[in-house]
Amino acid sequence: MNTVFKKSTPGREGVWPVKPGKSAAELLPAGLLRGKSADLPSLSELDVVRHFTQLSKRNYGVDGNFYPLGSCTMKYNPKFTETVAAMPGFTRLHPVLPQLKGAGRLCQGALEVMYETERLLCELCGMKAFTLHPMAGAHGELTGVMIIAAYHKDKGNKKTKIIVPDSAHGTNPASAHIAGFEVVNLPSKDGIVDPEELAKVLDDDVAGMMMTCPNTLGLFEKNLPKIVEMLRSVDALLYYDGANLNAIMGKMRVGDAGFDVVHLNLHKTFATPHGGGGPGSGPVGVSEKLVPYLPVSRVEKLEDGQFYLNYDFPKSIGYVAPFYGNFGVVLKAYAYILRLGGTGLTRATENAVLAANYLRKRLDKVLEVPFDRVCMHEFVASACNLSECHVRALDIAKALLDKGYHAPTIYFPLIVKEALMFEPTETESLDTLDQFADDLIAILAEAQKDPAFVTGAPRTLPVSRLDETRAARNMELTDDL
Amino acid sequence: MPYVPHTPEDIRRMLDVIGAPSVASLFDEIGPEMRPKSFDLPEGKSEMDVLAHMEALAGKNACGQVSFLGAGFYDHHIPAAVDALSMRSEFYTAYTPYQPEASQGTLQAIFEYQTAVTRLTGLPYANASVYDGGTALFEAAMMAVRHTGRRKLVVCEAVSPIYRVMLGSYTSNLHLELVTIPHKNGVCDLAALTAALDADTAAVLVQNPNFFGTLSDFSALFEAARAAGVVSVISVYPVLQSLLKSPGEMGADVAVAEGQSLGLPLSFGGPYLGIMTCNKALVRQMPGRMVGRTVDGEGRTGYVLTLQAREQHIRRQKATSNICSNQALCALRALMHLCLLGQEGLTRTAETCVERAHYAAERLTAIDGVTLLSGSAPFGNEFAITLPVNAFLAIDKLTARGLVPGFPLGRYYAGLENALLVACTEKTSMEQIGIFAEMLRGTLK
Amino acid sequence: MIPNELKYAKSHEWTKIEGDVATVGITHFAQEQLGDLTFVDLPKAGATVTAGAEMGSVESVKAASELYSPVSGTVLEVNAALEGAPEAVNQDPYGAGWMLKVKLSAAPADLLDAGAYAEVCAAEAH
Repeated sequence: MNTVFKKSTPGREGVWPVKPGKSAAELLPAGLLRGKSADLPSLSELDVVRHFTQLSKRNYGVDGNFYPLGSCTMKYNPKFTETVAAMPGFTRLHPVLPQLKGAGRLCQGALEVMYETERLLCELCGMKAFTLHPMAGAHGELTGVMIIAAYHKDKGNKKTKIIVPDSAHGTNPASAHIAGFEVVNLPSKDGIVDPEELAKVLDDDVAGMMMTCPNTLGLFEKNLPKIVEMLRSVDALLYYDGANLNAIMGKMRVGDAGFDVVHLNLHKTFATPHGGGGPGSGPVGVSEKLVPYLPVSRVEKLEDGQFYLNYDFPKSIGYVAPFYGNFGVVLKAYAYILRLGGTGLTRATENAVLAANYLRKRLDKVLEVPFDRVCMHEFVASACNLSECHVRALDIAKALLDKGYHAPTIYFPLIVKEALMFEPTETESLDTLDQFADDLIAILAEAQKDPAFVTGAPRTLPVSRLDETRAARNMELTDDL
Repeated sequence: MPYVPHTPEDIRRMLDVIGAPSVASLFDEIGPEMRPKSFDLPEGKSEMDVLAHMEALAGKNACGQVSFLGAGFYDHHIPAAVDALSMRSEFYTAYTPYQPEASQGTLQAIFEYQTAVTRLTGLPYANASVYDGGTALFEAAMMAVRHTGRRKLVVCEAVSPIYRVMLGSYTSNLHLELVTIPHKNGVCDLAALTAALDADTAAVLVQNPNFFGTLSDFSALFEAARAAGVVSVISVYPVLQSLLKSPGEMGADVAVAEGQSLGLPLSFGGPYLGIMTCNKALVRQMPGRMVGRTVDGEGRTGYVLTLQAREQHIRRQKATSNICSNQALCALRALMHLCLLGQEGLTRTAETCVERAHYAAERLTAIDGVTLLSGSAPFGNEFAITLPVNAFLAIDKLTARGLVPGFPLGRYYAGLENALLVACTEKTSMEQIGIFAEMLRGTLK
Repeated sequence: MIPNELKYAKSHEWTKIEGDVATVGITHFAQEQLGDLTFVDLPKAGATVTAGAEMGSVESVKAASELYSPVSGTVLEVNAALEGAPEAVNQDPYGAGWMLKVKLSAAPADLLDAGAYAEVCAAEAH
């Protein structure tokens, strides 16, 4: 399909505003004006509508396709939350409004949404306070680690290291590094963190440890109480990566379990759409001793019920976002939490875990499941048993695409060879799960008879496998290169 | 239960296959000491009730006033087709395009977005976007730090103070030195910026138009930077880039922008769009996702995420950045917005904004005691005026009467307590400008 | 694919020493493990390299690996052709795929001969 730039016809009228009275040359000095035109395309509205409608047909999304992408919690995104986020009372609100004297009264509704969302997340996680500012999961991680750094700096602790288990979320090491820490990798044992292994790397230089629980293998970290005790003994803080919160709502509260910092992924657990890679939202919650270090501003409630922004936190890590985070995403998550309530969120977790275990049992005869015991909301299988016929996890993923499914996450976590990570979520019906299992079993049977059936997949999509080496070597990142 | 399809019969069947006695038993590994001490969340509500609740909250926000607020974030008209198209669920409910064959829609759109933003800035390479303009500026500074191996950043004080505080927070643990060069009545001090460049400087960071709305040609500064081995970073306002000398034409190495003005509603601060473009020498330092064009086995053109070896899931702590998402949906909206307006539409929009701002400046400075902070310095769609009274006071009075006159510069700049930053867009009517001038005149009497 | 006339580091770099100048590259085994290379990042001429320390990196589509210098000295010349054509390392690792020429500052030590290096490869292949 041609790029939109190739479809440009000079002179064709788009959504043009009325011609202004003066041209740029009359308004501004010539030396400040551009010489070469930006050369944006000239298209009619229908040209644009057709181009993007056709592009959209070259995509899988949750609405049209089962999307068991492990670690990404691709649950159904209820439509009413879009209605909420599109309300003009929210979309037209300028972000600096509450910073003007007296203008806080013009955005009480928005401040209330932020305040109430923070209270709900606090109760859900057992934390003392939340900030909604981080704009994605990895941004939440960075914010959380910056808070850990600020805590130790304030206490005069000289701490330089953050421990990251090999079963933790993939972004953790980079986040810890960007916050100025040295990263210590902790190998897991039998799929989970082992206190004896932890003891080998735990010393006074450790500022904290970043855990994903359940971890990326979908396994619950049952040694958690011991781990908490060990970290506390050296005044190291425990960080909870909320990528997998969908597995524990109503069953465990991270604060009660001993975590000091947590980030959530509103675009996973709270059903806000991923939009092909963002926007997300990564609120961060903290225990009481870390409250002074949260980013500014913080929304507070006066005795008369009015809400305002407080910037007066001298120990704060400062600003991680220009304003209050991805407010439009927060709105959707807030509406989703209100719709489900505490009981609904608990049921979401229960059914997510139920579905994952069901799918695991449907597939563990045909795929190797390295840790084949009760899993949480996802599980990791391995395509190693197909290596004799030279079929890899990648091939199975591509064959699933041909059947109209998005593939599971592959080659992650790194600790399982030929990994296929399945997360069915609570919103998929039993019929869908059964049909998927049947189709996958058929694919695996066919692969053993005729490997070319899967190694040549996909065949039904706009393109077959793409030459990624060529892309990386040529670096053709725009239509003009 | 909403959004959970399983009937009691389904649940029983699933438990049978699993071989578990109950759903509760699946959570047996969570020991009693880890169980919630409380879980006092409200009961769920119907869709209708939640919508009514949210309508009520939205109603507590005053969004009907006439507003001259900008400060880097602008209320532009968004073509209706942007909403209609970006809401297509194939875009909306997809994840990051890890399976390129099933994600050509998202991937080609990002590729086209990369093309569009490079044309605006005049620099050849772009990434798929980052969270917002402030993050983009920080990431650009880090590109320079990695590229040069130097640790000093020279920042113009007329760069958005909102971004400068973010820069301060992010760099605080990274042992970087931030040197801020004061503005002169809202104009960038090019001589002082040039003089501050030395062999320890990784980057010089400027903004055009700057926070005060004034415009500069940074060509000479960037040339001096190049000679000193310093990376030139400029933050721009994409709408005006249809008119203004591009970062590429000025010789910048990295150009970043807040993309909110391209098809994204103000939405109280987000989601927004961090645009990043750069020259070839720095492309491997770029954070986040990038999409490249290639071919499949049959020679058909296709698009993939590329240069991933720089990223966190491969490099782990050695990655160029921890950013692993982009604002794909926001980038898609920006691309649609640019395509619907086209070159002519964006140029007209920018010209109208500038025309309105110049008319507003004329009307407001006709009031006794009101002057332009930057004198005769050229400006685009935003300008600062000095009032005979504290700007906070004027804002308070006018806001109470339904007109938000602008942003008080005293909030970030000591000594500018009487200065008001006023922005216009194509949505600002001549009539509204007239009302503003009359109301301000009345207030100052 | 392990030429007898070269010396090797355990980290899979080779070196050919002629007088006080060493030519450095990565081995056939290394390029095979890495897959199709997409980028080679090397120090500039004039830079100092130290035996056993990082001297650059190579990237393939799904991996990035550090390169360790087998010798100590000053970089005299960098194979500029690799910038546009990293595939030369895959196609001809001991010839057109050479990476650096280094003026030695110390006599090379702890390098393996072809036989010992073959054992390293055999051990890692399993």
